[in-house]
Amino acid sequence: MTEPEPRHDSAAPGTFGMRLRGLIRKEFLQIFRDPSSIAIAFLMPVVLLLLFGYGVSLDSESIPVALVVEQPSADTTSFTAAFHKSRYFVPTSYATTRAAETDMMAGKVNAIVVLRQDFAQRLYRPDSAPIQLIVNGVDANTARIISGYVEGVWGTWLEHVALARGESLATPVQIEQRVWFNSELRSRNFLVPGLIAIIMTLIGALLTAMVMAREWERGTMEALMVTPVTMSEVILGKLIPYFILGMGGLALSVAMALWLFNVPLRGSSWMLFGASALFMLTSLGMGLFISTLGKSQFVAGQIAIITTFLPAFLLSGFIFDIGSMPAVVQTITHVVAARYYVAILQTVFLAGNVWSVILPNLLGLGVLTLIFLGLTYRKSRKRLE
Amino acid sequence: MPTGAAGSSTSPHSPVGQGSDIALAVDQLSKSFHANGRVVQALDKVSFSVRHGRVTGLIGPDSAGKTTLMRLAAGLLVPDSGSITVLGKNAATESLAVQGSIGYMPQRFGLYEDLTVQENLDLYADLQGVAVARRADRYRELLQMAGLEPFTRRLAGQLSGGMKQKLGLACSLVRQPALLLLDEPTVGVDPLSRRELWAIVNRLVRNEHTTVVLSTAYLDEAERCDEVFLLHDGRLLDQGDPKVLRDRMQGRTFAVTTESLSKRSLQAHVSQAPGVVDALIQGEHVRLVMAEATTPRLDALLPGIENARITAVPPRYEDNFIALLKSQPQPDGAPAVKPALSRVLSSARTAQGEAIIKVDQLERRFGSFRAVKNVSFAVSRGEVFGLLGANGAGKTTTFRMLCGLLPASGGSLKVAGVDLRHAPAAARARIGYMSQKFSLYGHISVIENLRFFSSAYGLSRKRAEQRMQWAMAEFALAELADAASGDLSLGYKQRLALACALMHEPDILFLDEPTSGVDPLARREFWQRINTLAEQGVTIMVTTHFMEEAEYCDRLAIMVAGEILTTGTPTAIKREARTEAVSDPSMEDAFIGLIEAQTRADNQTVPSP
Repeated sequence: MTEPEPRHDSAAPGTFGMRLRGLIRKEFLQIFRDPSSIAIAFLMPVVLLLLFGYGVSLDSESIPVALVVEQPSADTTSFTAAFHKSRYFVPTSYATTRAAETDMMAGKVNAIVVLRQDFAQRLYRPDSAPIQLIVNGVDANTARIISGYVEGVWGTWLEHVALARGESLATPVQIEQRVWFNSELRSRNFLVPGLIAIIMTLIGALLTAMVMAREWERGTMEALMVTPVTMSEVILGKLIPYFILGMGGLALSVAMALWLFNVPLRGSSWMLFGASALFMLTSLGMGLFISTLGKSQFVAGQIAIITTFLPAFLLSGFIFDIGSMPAVVQTITHVVAARYYVAILQTVFLAGNVWSVILPNLLGLGVLTLIFLGLTYRKSRKRLE
Repeated sequence: MPTGAAGSSTSPHSPVGQGSDIALAVDQLSKSFHANGRVVQALDKVSFSVRHGRVTGLIGPDSAGKTTLMRLAAGLLVPDSGSITVLGKNAATESLAVQGSIGYMPQRFGLYEDLTVQENLDLYADLQGVAVARRADRYRELLQMAGLEPFTRRLAGQLSGGMKQKLGLACSLVRQPALLLLDEPTVGVDPLSRRELWAIVNRLVRNEHTTVVLSTAYLDEAERCDEVFLLHDGRLLDQGDPKVLRDRMQGRTFAVTTESLSKRSLQAHVSQAPGVVDALIQGEHVRLVMAEATTPRLDALLPGIENARITAVPPRYEDNFIALLKSQPQPDGAPAVKPALSRVLSSARTAQGEAIIKVDQLERRFGSFRAVKNVSFAVSRGEVFGLLGANGAGKTTTFRMLCGLLPASGGSLKVAGVDLRHAPAAARARIGYMSQKFSLYGHISVIENLRFFSSAYGLSRKRAEQRMQWAMAEFALAELADAASGDLSLGYKQRLALACALMHEPDILFLDEPTSGVDPLARREFWQRINTLAEQGVTIMVTTHFMEEAEYCDRLAIMVAGEILTTGTPTAIKREARTEAVSDPSMEDAFIGLIEAQTRADNQTVPSP
């Protein structure tokens, strides 16, 4: 052969930086051109925060309550007056228990307080129950709050009576209630931090799983794989842009929490952002892992919602207290990354840098991050099967 | 990396695999897939080798194993047994090294549709590690070659099918590869773009000494390769220079014409005659492939028919392919193909001549995009009318409007005398529709599909029972009655879909790309059925992008970019395209001629931006 051999190039070594930069730039171009990514990262936080900040309140105020006084006396009048003064109750007087029950059935009142005929006698007997409380227990949470409030009203009233008569109270223990951390009992103060966990889950897990699946669906993954790119580069090329996007969403949510909803931030902001960065990694790890299982956008989206978004909503302690869940469910919450993050968020926002709470939760997040990113790395092979 | 031995210690500088003459060697290669509890043997002990600096074609219908082979060569799959060596490296164990020296274009071109042309090139240049200093020159070369210079800032998603294909090709070439793998690069693009792609491929081989391996289901493309490997059901059937393979058929191909029979009955007659391997309608005559190289005697071919003429015609590569396939034993013991439907309809519809479909100034807009514009044509009863065009030409949109599935934005359309814009339901009862993907319910069985379609068309129980028995018998589906329709082979899916569309004995049958992907034998069988239907008075409307299938139609309309460029019989359309340079144009030549004329007209009327 005399003809000069034409030059056919092989990929040059050491172009890791070039390949990664190319992938990251591509991802950002796609993010900015695809309105749905922007919507999930920036519009969804605003909508969720406005909805939960203004629309949803777990505070119980102005609870309709039926008062049944079987034999009015000076004592009963003064006790019912205490209900009228309370901002938690809107009392209505009923002549009979039966009538009150009917209204409770109809959902017009949430609780019935019955003062028996012998209210006055029982009042001064040490081991007796002078009032009867019937609570609509359909919504267990509200029921518990109502019974707590009624006890509070009862206790305060007893104190007043005792003071007025100059007697010592028959109750052996004095309860003086003081609420810490969220002294105004504003549900917004713990909902908004919890919501940040939901938002980060959406960006990290749902969005990432979907965009990864999109590459499979559109056949671009196949083309990517036949370049000298390694799977670590493909994974990093998704991790880095969506990490940045997620932290952007976080900054937006924190800003809204602090300046729109006046949620206090008692811990340090570096702690907030540090823990959030770790959670973002866990969330991205879950998203990427899901995308190794479901390679169509529909399936990936379904898996992401069921395994990350719903648990973050229901099992993280964001709305429902983990301590009051059945033991089995409590055990399950340990694999829900949002659980650790919600605990950290609520502590950092409302209590401060309480290391005894934050450290174990950081540890939990760290372990889950390693598990999910490790699994992703193991499962991601440069193969189509 | 978990890919193991492929490792990071790869990417050598030296040109790979130049020590030997072999670019790609396949040895006893087997690969199977598991799907729904079944094992599909995609490749079965295939061995061959591809030489450097040539264009090699992997030829075969869908599910022949072409894509699997391409993916194995690219290191995307690991073989079950056997080996595949690419440029001297084992594709399974040294996949990263292989990927660093080949170019690969997957079936859907692998483009990011929300990135511009330039951004796609940049991405692939980054991934392929092309030095920044050399990019400008390479980009200029590739863009010029692909004719994409004016469109660098356009989003890839807004390019036409042909432009996407060329951009995909450019992306796979940013780093001048020694070996280029193209997986069905010409599927769904118009003939002009196909021809352009071939020009690019030939230039690559000539100027850059690139070795090109491409897969295709179009048999006419085989003749453009230096060497072909013929795959069927995962096995290598044949290999060699396509011209040599074609010349094996020398003296065995003839054209028959007669005035005393319609071309469809002529075809039906001769295909039954002894010694005939293949009989196809081509324009006004029927093209024969004989088992032996002797001129057939007309009285044996067409007993009792006067004034028939027979002439020898040159063979094509496809003739060899068909002869080879017909000599193969039927796979998986499928029952022998019935030559034609004995009786499709309980009552033959004989009244011919009246226009049963009338379309006038039809238009469909999607937002500001006019998918179909100024489309007018009429189809008579019993006619086979074809809509020919590339993907995105508006064929399917037109079809959906004719079936009442999509409201028209403008114009009028009457089907079976009913105005579809006012009473679509009434018209729908008289039409059968078979969609591109054979809309069957994959998880339910053959018989359940038939039952479902009978009830969907409102057949009485007794009638449905009769029609189901008819379908089972006519389409040889009885043995498969309880098989899930998703597990059927493509050819059987096609039969079942046709049976479903015929359950209510429609006057008009709409077939949207009915044969895409099925193998040439199944395609022939399908057309035999269609011809029988037409003979019985059923009107057939069919879309296709196979130029050769256009020849089977009585009349056809060629659509490009939502408009009909011409309407007429295949012979007339070809005659129109006759030029000094091309004295006997093929349907593809005619199509390309029309597109080019159209483009010239556009350039004259619309000032370029």
